[in-house]
Amino acid sequence: MSAPSSQTTDHSLDSFGDATASATRVTPGNALRPEDIALQDTAPATEAIAQYALRLGDDALVYSQRMAHWVSRAPELEEDIALGNITLDQLGHARSFLTYAGKKWDKTEDDLAYWREEEEFTSVHLVEQPNGDFAETIVRALFLGIYQHMVYTRLLESSDETLSAIAAKALKEVDYHLEHAELWTLRLGSGTEESARRMRRALEKLWPYVDELFQDEPLHDELEGIAPRPSTLREEWTARLTEILERAELSVPEVPFAMAYGRRGEHSEHLGYILAEMQVLARKHPGATW
Amino acid sequence: MAEQTTSGGHLSAVLSPEDEAGQQRFDAIIEQDSRIEPRDWMPEAYRKSLTRQMSQHAHSEIIGMQPEANWITRAPSLKRKSILIAKVQDEAGHGLYLYSSTETLGTDRDTLNDQLMSGRAKYSSIFNYPARTWADMGAIGWLVDGAAIANQVPLCRASYGPYGRAMVRICKEESFHQRQGFEILLELANGTEAQKKMAQDAIDRFYAPALMMFGPSDNDSPNSKQSMAWNVKRFSNDDLRQRFVGMIAEQVKVLGLTLPDPELRYDEETGQWIHMELDWDEFNRVIKGGGPCNSQRMARRREAHEEGAWVREAASAYARKQQMKEQVA
Repeated sequence: MSAPSSQTTDHSLDSFGDATASATRVTPGNALRPEDIALQDTAPATEAIAQYALRLGDDALVYSQRMAHWVSRAPELEEDIALGNITLDQLGHARSFLTYAGKKWDKTEDDLAYWREEEEFTSVHLVEQPNGDFAETIVRALFLGIYQHMVYTRLLESSDETLSAIAAKALKEVDYHLEHAELWTLRLGSGTEESARRMRRALEKLWPYVDELFQDEPLHDELEGIAPRPSTLREEWTARLTEILERAELSVPEVPFAMAYGRRGEHSEHLGYILAEMQVLARKHPGATW
Repeated sequence: MAEQTTSGGHLSAVLSPEDEAGQQRFDAIIEQDSRIEPRDWMPEAYRKSLTRQMSQHAHSEIIGMQPEANWITRAPSLKRKSILIAKVQDEAGHGLYLYSSTETLGTDRDTLNDQLMSGRAKYSSIFNYPARTWADMGAIGWLVDGAAIANQVPLCRASYGPYGRAMVRICKEESFHQRQGFEILLELANGTEAQKKMAQDAIDRFYAPALMMFGPSDNDSPNSKQSMAWNVKRFSNDDLRQRFVGMIAEQVKVLGLTLPDPELRYDEETGQWIHMELDWDEFNRVIKGGGPCNSQRMARRREAHEEGAWVREAASAYARKQQMKEQVA
């Protein structure tokens, strides 16, 4: 896992033998970095595309920010590495989506991350929820893992080449995140009485925030062929989740869905704290570079 | 391996014929400056000393994650945040790798972990200082990782094979860490007045503690002589320290900042760098638990371990169930 380099970007280094290949035509296996996207000429063609990229970016960013708290606090050293890896990957996805979205408004990833107000964020409530115990973290990872896996898979077919390229890279990593969440769901669900009890409680606690993932917005009307409608993902998502939960001797809880409208800037009580922490230093030094 | 520890008995210092042959072979390997491998006979003191040194190193990687993890959520740009996460993750990897290498000496990871939790094992004192500002991420990378590299590069040739090989891999990543630390400071040094001040303040606070990472002067370092005779340690503490000072004395000029050491100079006659007296009383106080963050670091490690107990139990229970299922099938 190498951190992004600050060297001058050379797309040809990352492509398979084709020195002239565009970074937007990245096949799975090629690395598309936020720095590459920043250098491209293409901005999102429409406001709807930029808004869509912003949503994916905000979800990944807030999720990564939450997950970062696990680093040096995991149940075992191997998990410190695994959770850190997920944190880093999600941040990478966020950077790519935000960089792309920002090009529509002449803003950088950092402009969007550090200088927007809470109501301008579009993250869903699920990613804003506290980490809770390890069971809650795993249940959220499972919900989100299946969801992101499906969204990014659909985006491979997107007529927007940049979205498709970012998704291709993200998909390989989310594939691993999902496997990690699934494995732990099995271990905890059929591990000890206590772990099963904690998993049932975590499912009940987080289930209310599932519904928001599948709500269509007016902007999706303008994204035909570009992005999937969230509502079309619901059936398969539920089937995949149910199958994993059954193997883990768990089940979908019977609790009502919450009214959650993060996409239109109405956030959980948690987001204010998350942003306060994330933005504090950058905002103390306006105009500074780091 | 346990038999070796008692071979010869407690009452007699006379070696058994096996031990005598082993000792001869061991001495010959050291004499040839060759490698001791896990299955080779080795003197009990060698095993013990390496177990202590390697596990301390592993513990330092693990505790060392904390001051840096402290800044992940507040990193001032997403790129810096990403580099910092990668760095802390590398440290967890180093810890894991070093624990595995230490296990080849016959002490398992749980035991080593218990030694850390109970306070019987030490870790590098530098991590008991707080990371108060973002510039500390730069100073830790440049000075702390820099000192660690100066210490560790010679350890790549340590006589114990698994340790030497671990060091080769770790040093590669550490030099990336040092470079990114320097980059953080360079960016701050070329930034606003407030940023520049932040960078200078971090260097002022980490300079002396980083120099003390090489340990007390060799005259006061009881283990140094034996460790050098075993080809584990290759250079004296003072020698490594003055070389490191020379290196950073040049690098700090690139930053346009200063080292808080008015006495620092290169002595043409001896070819050595002369630096200020270090406060060894403070060093000893921190080692004994009285540093600013000793209590906090240990509490966090214990808390993570205790809160993870049910997870580890669940994983073992699940593994046992799977095993039983396979046996039935």
